[in-house]
Amino acid sequence: MTAPISTNQTILVVGGGISGMTAALEAAECGKQVILAERNTSLGGRTALLYRYFPKMCHPTCGLEINLRRLKNNRNLRVLTQTEVVSVTGQRGDYTVALKISPRYVNANCTACGECAKAVETEISNPYEYGLAKTRAAYLPHAMAYPQRYVLDPSIVSTADGEKARAACKYDAIELGMQPETVELKVGTVVWATGWKPYDAAKIQPYGYDRFDNVVTSLEFERLADPHGPTGGKLLRPSDGKEARNIAFIQCAGSRDENHLRHCSRICCMASLKQTQYAREAYGEEGKSTVYYIDIRSIDRLEDFYLRVQQDPTVKFIKSKVASIKLDEASGDLILHGVDTEGYHRYAAQHDLVVLAVGMEPESNGIALPADIVTDSSGFIEGAADGGQFAAGAASSPLDVNRSVQSATAAALHAIQVVHQTAAAEGA
Amino acid sequence: MSEMKTAAYICSGCGLGDKLDVAQLSRIAQKEGKMALVREHAFLCSEEGVQMIRDDIDREAVTHICIAACSRRAKTEAFHFPTVAMSRANLREGVIWVVAEGDQHDEVRQEMADDYLRMGCAEVKKMKLPQGNPAHADNRRILVVGGGISGLTAALESAEAGYEAVIVEREAQLGGWAARLWKRVPFRQPYAEPQDTGLSELAARVSSHPRIRVHLNSTIAETSGAPGRFSVQVAGPSGTITEQVGAIIQATGFDTYDLGKLPELGGGKLPNVTDQAGLEALARTANGTPIKRADGKSVQNVVFVQCAGQRDASGMHLPYCSGHCCATSVKQAMYFKDANPQVDTVVMYTDLRLPGMGEDFYRSAQRKGVTFTKGKVASVEAEGDGCAVSFRDLILDEDAVIAADLVVLATGQVPSAGVDLDAWNPIVTAAEGGSEEARQKKAEMQKISVLNLNYRQGPDIPQLKHGFSDSHFICFPYETRRTGIYAAGPVRRPMDMLQATEDATGAALKAIQAAENASLGRAAHPRSGDLSYPVARLEGCTQCKRCTVECPFGAIDEDEKRFPVFNESRCRRCGTCMGACPVRVISFENYSVDTVGMQIKAVDMPDEFSEKPRILILACENDAYPALDMAGLQRHLYSAFVRAIPVRCLGSVNTIWITDALNSGYDGVMMMGCKHGDDYQCHFVKGSELANYRMSKIDDTLKQLGLEPERVTTCEVAITDNARVARLINEYVEKITEIGMSPMKGFG
Repeated sequence: MTAPISTNQTILVVGGGISGMTAALEAAECGKQVILAERNTSLGGRTALLYRYFPKMCHPTCGLEINLRRLKNNRNLRVLTQTEVVSVTGQRGDYTVALKISPRYVNANCTACGECAKAVETEISNPYEYGLAKTRAAYLPHAMAYPQRYVLDPSIVSTADGEKARAACKYDAIELGMQPETVELKVGTVVWATGWKPYDAAKIQPYGYDRFDNVVTSLEFERLADPHGPTGGKLLRPSDGKEARNIAFIQCAGSRDENHLRHCSRICCMASLKQTQYAREAYGEEGKSTVYYIDIRSIDRLEDFYLRVQQDPTVKFIKSKVASIKLDEASGDLILHGVDTEGYHRYAAQHDLVVLAVGMEPESNGIALPADIVTDSSGFIEGAADGGQFAAGAASSPLDVNRSVQSATAAALHAIQVVHQTAAAEGA
Repeated sequence: MSEMKTAAYICSGCGLGDKLDVAQLSRIAQKEGKMALVREHAFLCSEEGVQMIRDDIDREAVTHICIAACSRRAKTEAFHFPTVAMSRANLREGVIWVVAEGDQHDEVRQEMADDYLRMGCAEVKKMKLPQGNPAHADNRRILVVGGGISGLTAALESAEAGYEAVIVEREAQLGGWAARLWKRVPFRQPYAEPQDTGLSELAARVSSHPRIRVHLNSTIAETSGAPGRFSVQVAGPSGTITEQVGAIIQATGFDTYDLGKLPELGGGKLPNVTDQAGLEALARTANGTPIKRADGKSVQNVVFVQCAGQRDASGMHLPYCSGHCCATSVKQAMYFKDANPQVDTVVMYTDLRLPGMGEDFYRSAQRKGVTFTKGKVASVEAEGDGCAVSFRDLILDEDAVIAADLVVLATGQVPSAGVDLDAWNPIVTAAEGGSEEARQKKAEMQKISVLNLNYRQGPDIPQLKHGFSDSHFICFPYETRRTGIYAAGPVRRPMDMLQATEDATGAALKAIQAAENASLGRAAHPRSGDLSYPVARLEGCTQCKRCTVECPFGAIDEDEKRFPVFNESRCRRCGTCMGACPVRVISFENYSVDTVGMQIKAVDMPDEFSEKPRILILACENDAYPALDMAGLQRHLYSAFVRAIPVRCLGSVNTIWITDALNSGYDGVMMMGCKHGDDYQCHFVKGSELANYRMSKIDDTLKQLGLEPERVTTCEVAITDNARVARLINEYVEKITEIGMSPMKGFG
């Protein structure tokens, strides 16, 4: 590809989840030139993989559709997928950014007709299902994927399957020889909207995420609840496909713990409260949930939702940090051990599925950020020391969607300030 | 625009050519669609295909095009022709991907495609290329109401982006609540100690900024106009002056919950029971030395009662959580510990809420020896010259009493949002009906108005819940129901200083954006960039006021003769007014009673003996239409008897479309919109609800026509209902088949 035209009045937004899309769109709708770089094959980030939002129980793809329509209508905004930032040099108002663009092996000719997927046989772990399902190695990331363009998994490119995919395409859209590229851009400011990742649940050893099939993360549970997910929306537990009707939700799985994440991840209480309602939606009065918590943090009017769930007879709350989880071999169920601190009662409670409300870790942890980016002790980004780069959304702090969008909107204004000041200095 | 020249482009790629008779489609476009140019292409979205269209536009002066290929949601980069009017006949997602394979379905599949092409041709001929509102205004100044931390931030951030800002502050000085704080909760690592508020520097920067004007001791007497041309009467000490601005930020903050409403906790009753604001005052007096009570006595033990009058399920107090109070009490406990580590500080809570890095601040307090007790306080009584706090210890599961020299009640934030329009509108109606009592009440309410908007729908922005002017949308936190007016800070939602600062910055962006959009005559969210706007033929108007009442955004006023006055830059282009208008005088250049009506009429209606029913689907373009598209993408098959038309919102559906459809022989009409009710998902707030209401009245029409009530149905469809929407269609077609074909066929 050719590098998009950019100047030191261009805003680069890194990350195409809801925060990045928001920052990019809000700036572009103020008339600014924006480049949005996303590492994955399509936009939407983690929110696109959620079944419902709290507290309205509405669908994240609804807002995604509106944001995509805004994006399709806005010529100030250009999207690069499979693109990562290699380096940022320069200073506020005058940065040079090197981007690495990985090959999709499918060009803009793709009409999403799906013939390539029919032609290939290889299956890969579906990157959009947290490994819970497989997909053909030529695939459209998901139904709402933007760009609406297929992807070839690199594993089949130099195989017979790759050739089959190429031969099946009537539109010369498949380019098996596509190579990684590095492009350099001139930009005035960078907004880091790199989002978050779930804390590695296997590190919380007493919970046995790496040992027990029926211990899943809250994100995997979203996929199980989603009608477009691997189980068609049925809450089936991984070990034996049995309906999960007695579910434990363990709060602060990794969060508020100096051995793991020192911060509170803010969203997990509300996420679990929401997920108790998935069980109710699926099984009515038979769908039982137990929430093991330290403090329930349903702040502001989200408290209404907590009150509603408290009144739901299918949901029980136990103030306790679960000490350990043991497997009941015969049933595949899990036995949770601990002490209910309200009155100090010991319990050994049996559940058929355990959902770990895993904490939010900055996605940028483990990725080399430019040297002058300042992060806090958990790795959340505060911005650049020279005031020319900003963080937006969950890259900056553990935030829910609503607050991420607020943060991203604010970051867009900070970015605009830089390019306006640059423009003024240049007399443009 | 000069003379209309039409063209249709029919794609035979993606299997369209295999499944459909493209030559027949071409004939239909020519003969029935009356398209001046008709071209086929095997790969229309290719560079070559797009170039062909572009050449026709440039060389053949084509002005109106119908693309018969994939969905309007697909290939938007390729099919981008901003200088012509364009319709998209959805033959791929809408026909070949949803109609069953096999020769036996060839006939109905082709009929479906033929109809979509007829509809596309009919639609585009009624469309005009939107030119933008020529009457737009371009004032880009930002008015900020309120000079607290949110307002100061909003003004400063706007000014730093190059925009002029005006602050109107009721008090004699800037700063709001933040000015009364001794210290603030830390907002940077190490998140361990209370920090200086930084307010005096902020206020000084604002006061000396060349692009910021400040009106102190001032309120807003009247606001009129629209984004890009608001005219605001500012009443101040030296009379009333007019400020012309482009957008408004309401940062009017909060009041603390009235202590007097908590007598069981000693509030307003005991001298040594105060609230967090009262404690800040004591801390400021102490100025770093050990805090003394109002009576001058030193404090040896202090109890902080969290959630005082908050998170209340009884209905007597605030039902919500104010979010900041846990961190504030932790900070205030530190005031005591930092000055004298011997002071006993107990924070009594049910859930301690310090999200994010607040956890470090909490740990810091634990290290300083602050005690945290999970307990529910039952009462605070006078004892000696201090207090006795009775509580249920939730850990030990027993009742207990603790003595305190001073008790601090962590009460909540009560938003200063102005007039509650839900209460206002019935009173206005009663006052207009001649009730003297209502007239007085109205005058009384008007006194608390913040903005004094002269809008038809009331003087302030609508409140969402618990009196806050919040947005209803999770993905779009700034979407108030008054275009160009944004709420920021605790008036929008309970929040702390850090969040208020960020929130105000975001609101400043939205205000700037609203002014910029208005200056270009284009719509704000969610139809951002749309240049169309509603036009009314007033000569046909019956002054029924439905449009002015039903507009979800209060965009339409009334003149002295009760004709509607449209304020285009307040309009979000949802078309609710068009749907409401009984005499059909309201339209958009590219979306009108005709653009949809002609599509409905363009469908070829088989006779009643054909056993081929025709079902009209009117689908919300935000959720239902994408769900239909994705049903296609995932091959959830549905009946070839339906004809779907996307609408901007179900609120824009004019009942004439339904009666026209039934009159011309359609066997059924399905309306697909978003969820309504408390958790509504309609992006135009009331559209799907209004449609539902209007359709509840269509029974009379059906009766007059002698038709069964099932022939019109309304359903809620979410964007994720890809599989369900196909099922809904098939079930409905089955039902209509059972009822039988419409007797109206052949009369249309």
